[in-house]
Amino acid sequence: MARYLLKRIGFILISLFFIISITFILMKAAPGGPFASERKLPPAIEQQMNEAYGLNDPIYKQYADYLINAVKFDFGPSFKYTGQEVTDIISRSLPYSLILGLEAIFLALSIGVLLGVIAALNHNKFGDYIAMVIAVLGISVPSFIMATILQYIFAIKLQALPVARFESFAHTILPAVALATTPLAFIARLMRSSMLEVLHADYIKTAKSKGLNDRVVTYRHALRNAIMPVVSYLGPLVVGILTGSFIIEKIFGIPGLGNEFVVSVTNRDYTVIMGTTVFFSVLLLVSILVVDLIYGFIDPRIKLSGKGSK
Amino acid sequence: MKKLLEVKDLSISFDTYGAEVQAVRNISFHLDEKETLAIVGESGSGKSVTAQSLMRLVPMPPGKFVGGSIIFDGEDITQKSEKQMESIRGKDISMIFQDPMTSLNPTMTVGKQIAEGLIKHQNLSKKAAHDRGVELLKLVGIPNPEARIKQYPHQYSGGMRQRAMIAIALACNPKILIADEPTTALDVTIQAQILDLMRELQDKTGTAIILITHDLGVVANAASRVAVMYGGKIVETGTVDEIFYNPKHPYTWGLLGSMPKLDAEGEELQAIPGSPPDLADPPKGCPFVTRCPYAMKVCEQHMPDYKELSSTQKTACWLLDERAPDVEPPESAIVGGTEVHG
Ligand SMILES: Nc1ncnc2c1ncn2[C@@H]1O[C@H](COP(=O)(O)OP(=O)(O)O)[C@@H](O)[C@H]1O
Ligand SMILES: [Mg+2]
Repeated sequence: MARYLLKRIGFILISLFFIISITFILMKAAPGGPFASERKLPPAIEQQMNEAYGLNDPIYKQYADYLINAVKFDFGPSFKYTGQEVTDIISRSLPYSLILGLEAIFLALSIGVLLGVIAALNHNKFGDYIAMVIAVLGISVPSFIMATILQYIFAIKLQALPVARFESFAHTILPAVALATTPLAFIARLMRSSMLEVLHADYIKTAKSKGLNDRVVTYRHALRNAIMPVVSYLGPLVVGILTGSFIIEKIFGIPGLGNEFVVSVTNRDYTVIMGTTVFFSVLLLVSILVVDLIYGFIDPRIKLSGKGSK
Repeated sequence: MKKLLEVKDLSISFDTYGAEVQAVRNISFHLDEKETLAIVGESGSGKSVTAQSLMRLVPMPPGKFVGGSIIFDGEDITQKSEKQMESIRGKDISMIFQDPMTSLNPTMTVGKQIAEGLIKHQNLSKKAAHDRGVELLKLVGIPNPEARIKQYPHQYSGGMRQRAMIAIALACNPKILIADEPTTALDVTIQAQILDLMRELQDKTGTAIILITHDLGVVANAASRVAVMYGGKIVETGTVDEIFYNPKHPYTWGLLGSMPKLDAEGEELQAIPGSPPDLADPPKGCPFVTRCPYAMKVCEQHMPDYKELSSTQKTACWLLDERAPDVEPPESAIVGGTEVHG
């Protein structure tokens, strides 16, 4: 187990190295720089600023500096917001994104699994059709359209929830729902088909032949086996929620990390791009590791060991 | 002998797209206390559906009871509520299935899977159920049961899983054990071990067994009586001796002919030519008519009645009618004395 963890953490570090390097190359390859804007700076000043931020150093030196900073998780000051450290920006905006993301993941998982189970238990009956209509709608409507529909119905027409910003729990509902819709629908479909398959498995017949009632058979025997595909979807789910948050935070005017990231890219705010990218990557890689650990915990057939192919 | 179970005119169908698959048609048989009845027939002849209907495990829908009764303990199983069935399943009637690799829950320890039935039917505590589980694993010949009981099915070999399944099925001392092709998925050497184990446990516990198989070879040593099933019908029943030495139905002859013989080395196995009837549109008369080398006009139109050849043997075949020509069983269906009791 310890060996397995070490090995996985090693892989995470290697992945991070590549992510950081590729981000660096992309940033350098894109035309323009942080101080290029419509209002042209006098060349002397631009030159001086580039000097101050080390942008005139040879490329390999800049790259080495980036790497060292990344290892220390110290990305220096923002290029755009004077006096603000990248780490400050992250720690200021992170809580918003975290709350929103966790809320969306919770919604997607709980309601998605529930819908899927209901659909499977009512296979080819009314409950199944309703659940699957919801699922198909959820998958086919993109989150930004969902967001505007939700805003229109619940904030503007019904005046039931705030339309934007982030000040109370009520503010989080619409963006979390918008963010959760697509993964929720996907999970519902995944859960339905997996549950249908499991309900036809031989061991379900064995369980019934012991005299267990349907509820026990469903919850004790079917659910745990049927949930496996959903657990393996947790990795992509986190990715989806993360990337989804970029656009949703923008639409709802939430000063979260996703919003910061988008702004930093448009601003060519190199240090902030780097900081958020590294942060997002760590988050993703760690959550994928956690998912694998959960998977190994739920499915006894999967051995978490340092040896072997996995 | 007391009759433990009596099936009368049982018919079960499946509603599939546009057609009614008549999987089981008007079958009748009984099971005595402490005996082993074998139900033999090619795949698709309705054996599993018959077995599962005894425990009301046929999925309904698409399945449905068309008619008949299953009398157990003086009461008709087909009339019981689901709740009543729950207290019969696992307690009075248990079942083991063909594929031990898929019939145990992969995410639950073997111990828990054994304990479930005990906790449900005998009100045992978790601890007591665990201890009884260890005993049961020992009983079915699993070495080191204290450690094995904590393991998951994937840590067991195929033969051991079937042993564990037997432990689960016998946990509450059922009156009837239904074994649906319990050895089909196993290696030949392990097959014999499992059959021996079942016989040994039957001697100890007195459980009556319904042994379902497509392999007559399995039957000789394991059963006392045989029901031969074809196309959803029982075409012949009798004691093992009657079926092996005095078979009267051409389908039984075919099955005997397709059985490997010890005293006829090198001889070709004779599979019955042709394929079983489509149960969505079964023949009006005898289901075997399309493959029977002795088929007559009457066979196409009318199902023959059972002819009682002895108090134990009954055969449904027009050849037994006094107007029919005399037909002798083919050479391949004649069983030498050696392997049946060998
Ligand atoms: N769930 C089901 N739905 C539709 N048809 C079924 C179902 N289960 C069994 N059947 C049909 O019933 C017939 C008998 O099947 P079965 O009892 O499994 O045969 P056997 O066990 O003798 O091989 C087959 O034609 C099969 O297609
Ligand atoms: Mg079968």
